[in-house]
Amino acid sequence: MPEPVNAVVVENLVKRFGDFVAVDRLNLAVRKGEVFGFLGPNGAGKSTTIRMLCGLLTPTSGRAQVAGFDVGRKPEAVRQNIGYMSQKFSLYNDLKVIENLRLFAGLYSVPAKDLQERIEWALTMANLKGQENLITATLPGGWKQRLALGCAVLHRPPILFLDEPTSGVDPISRRKFWDLIHQMAEEGVTVFVTTHYMEEAEYCNRLALIFRGKMVALGTPSELKRDSMKGELLLVECAPLGSAVEALQSVSDVMDAAVFGNALHLVVRDATAAGPLIATYLADHGIAVSRMEKIRPTLEDVFVSLTTASDAEKERKP
Amino acid sequence: MSFTRLLAVARKEVIHILRDSRSLFIVVIMPVTLMLLFGYGVSLDLKGLPVYVLDRDGSQQSQDLLKRFQSSEYFHVARVVDGYPAMTRALDDGSAKMGIVIPWDFSLRLRSGGPVQVQALVDATDDNSANVVIGYAQAVVQGYSGDVQLNWLEARGQPVQAASVSVDARTWYNEDLESSAFIVPGVLALVMSVIGAFLTSLTIAREWERGSMEQLISTPVSAMEIMLGKLAPYFVLGMFDVLVCALIAIDWFHVPFRGSYATLFVSSALFMVVVLSLGFLISVVAKSQFAASQIALLITFLPAFLLSGFLFSIEQMPVPLQWLTRILPARYYVSVLKKIFLKGTPTAMLSADLIPLAVFAVVLALIATRAFHKRLE
Repeated sequence: MPEPVNAVVVENLVKRFGDFVAVDRLNLAVRKGEVFGFLGPNGAGKSTTIRMLCGLLTPTSGRAQVAGFDVGRKPEAVRQNIGYMSQKFSLYNDLKVIENLRLFAGLYSVPAKDLQERIEWALTMANLKGQENLITATLPGGWKQRLALGCAVLHRPPILFLDEPTSGVDPISRRKFWDLIHQMAEEGVTVFVTTHYMEEAEYCNRLALIFRGKMVALGTPSELKRDSMKGELLLVECAPLGSAVEALQSVSDVMDAAVFGNALHLVVRDATAAGPLIATYLADHGIAVSRMEKIRPTLEDVFVSLTTASDAEKERKP
Repeated sequence: MSFTRLLAVARKEVIHILRDSRSLFIVVIMPVTLMLLFGYGVSLDLKGLPVYVLDRDGSQQSQDLLKRFQSSEYFHVARVVDGYPAMTRALDDGSAKMGIVIPWDFSLRLRSGGPVQVQALVDATDDNSANVVIGYAQAVVQGYSGDVQLNWLEARGQPVQAASVSVDARTWYNEDLESSAFIVPGVLALVMSVIGAFLTSLTIAREWERGSMEQLISTPVSAMEIMLGKLAPYFVLGMFDVLVCALIAIDWFHVPFRGSYATLFVSSALFMVVVLSLGFLISVVAKSQFAASQIALLITFLPAFLLSGFLFSIEQMPVPLQWLTRILPARYYVSVLKKIFLKGTPTAMLSADLIPLAVFAVVLALIATRAFHKRLE
């Protein structure tokens, strides 16, 4: 059997719960050794997709292959080749750190001769050396996440599925956690990670933006920022911000206006042309503009722009 | 089937039990409590029933009769009253279970050789006990009546005829007629229902509720390994409790044990498989600890309590209920328990109970393995 280049291949994957379409004709391919981000708001279908890829949910239609195995037909072969961290912390709180690790080593049938070395490795990786005998419930959030990761990779899976691994964790722990993810990726592990934190999405090699079950964009973070915006982005520093947003609603050149910190991000078709018009318009409404420049969009801008576009499309085609 | 994975699940389950004081409490304290409760608290024997007496005659003869009541172990003459109102009040408030009224012409009629009636007012709220009480009272009065007749004949110089018929009762199996001997063996079925169905349905439902089941089924561990690994510790605990209960029954309550220990072990193991499978099935369906515990009590503990023949004899139940008991595994187990404790029935003669029990065990275990899927839906 030739080694497949892709760790995960998804074709026309659909998941319905009753009338609700949670995942709608999803197509994607994740390359080996890549950190693949799955970005979208809560309820977009991220967890449903990841659960189908781990064989925990049966697809309504379509196909998915993980590590070369069909998730519907060979779920057990898939499970031997993956590590999975579910969204909710789901290790056993009443077990000690070491007991959780031993449990998962047993579940993944880590051979007895490798057991000690694997557990040592996981403890070092998760920076939990010396904490083996703490009851898991007493660990701070960030430690718990690292322990969960340690448990999920004890058997050295080639593919790792992480469902919002850093939700509810403080920013420093989150940063450390991403260092671990990159460390894994350097060792050749494919990481499929969902998140709704935009800054985390920047850490991914490639991203799929998912909204209401549909993929709305796919690419590297810089590709997405460069190509996926419909229009250009103007940063406008002015005061008061609230009335500026309100006033700009009626300007047809402004496709979207959103407050970012102490400034506005305006989506316009052509920044060079629209700039002076907007400056004049705001001045007419008694709003003082202190700075205006064309900026490169952030992922958040891209995301907001794509999702509003998707919503608008939906309204046109009821 | 991988032994490593099964062992991993079982080991974790043991840790859960050891660290959870509630389940330890249920495993250790509950069997002892139930044994003591049913051994001492529930007595179907009627002894020393409080009796109020209204003696309107006040003669030597009436006193003789009352002494017989007093000396019977079934009755205790609590008070002598001087009118009906006091008697009625005592029956109303439950301080008397029976009232005896001796008519004013009691001794007069006896002397003249006429028939005499003594009135017994019985609290028949509990119809069963009332019947028993009436029976006891009749026995006392008949004994007295027989002696009176003998004296009467003797006094008239008639030859005393010894010809009389009486029952020579030999009580088998439960020689001392102790209701604890009848009840206590059946407590095992209650204890195992709680350990087997209630505790296991809770532990599995807990995994669904807390999300740890999702993590568990994302690993290569098979459904069968999860089931066996989670249930094995409870099987061991259940069998341990069988031993504890049997020892309490035999050494503390002096319930005779006449059957084979092997049969006790096998039938208990079969019943344990039945309740564990039920507990597992319930948790698969319920997936919430609250619902699972309620259902487990409803379909295992209650039937074991009410319909298994543990307290209430199945032969005395209405016919539809008797049919219903046939689909209750607890019925067969309780039947085996009573027979091997009290009767020492040879194992070969227990097939009418052991075979249905084995069938239940196999069928329910198979259904349980089929019902659990490594899926979230």
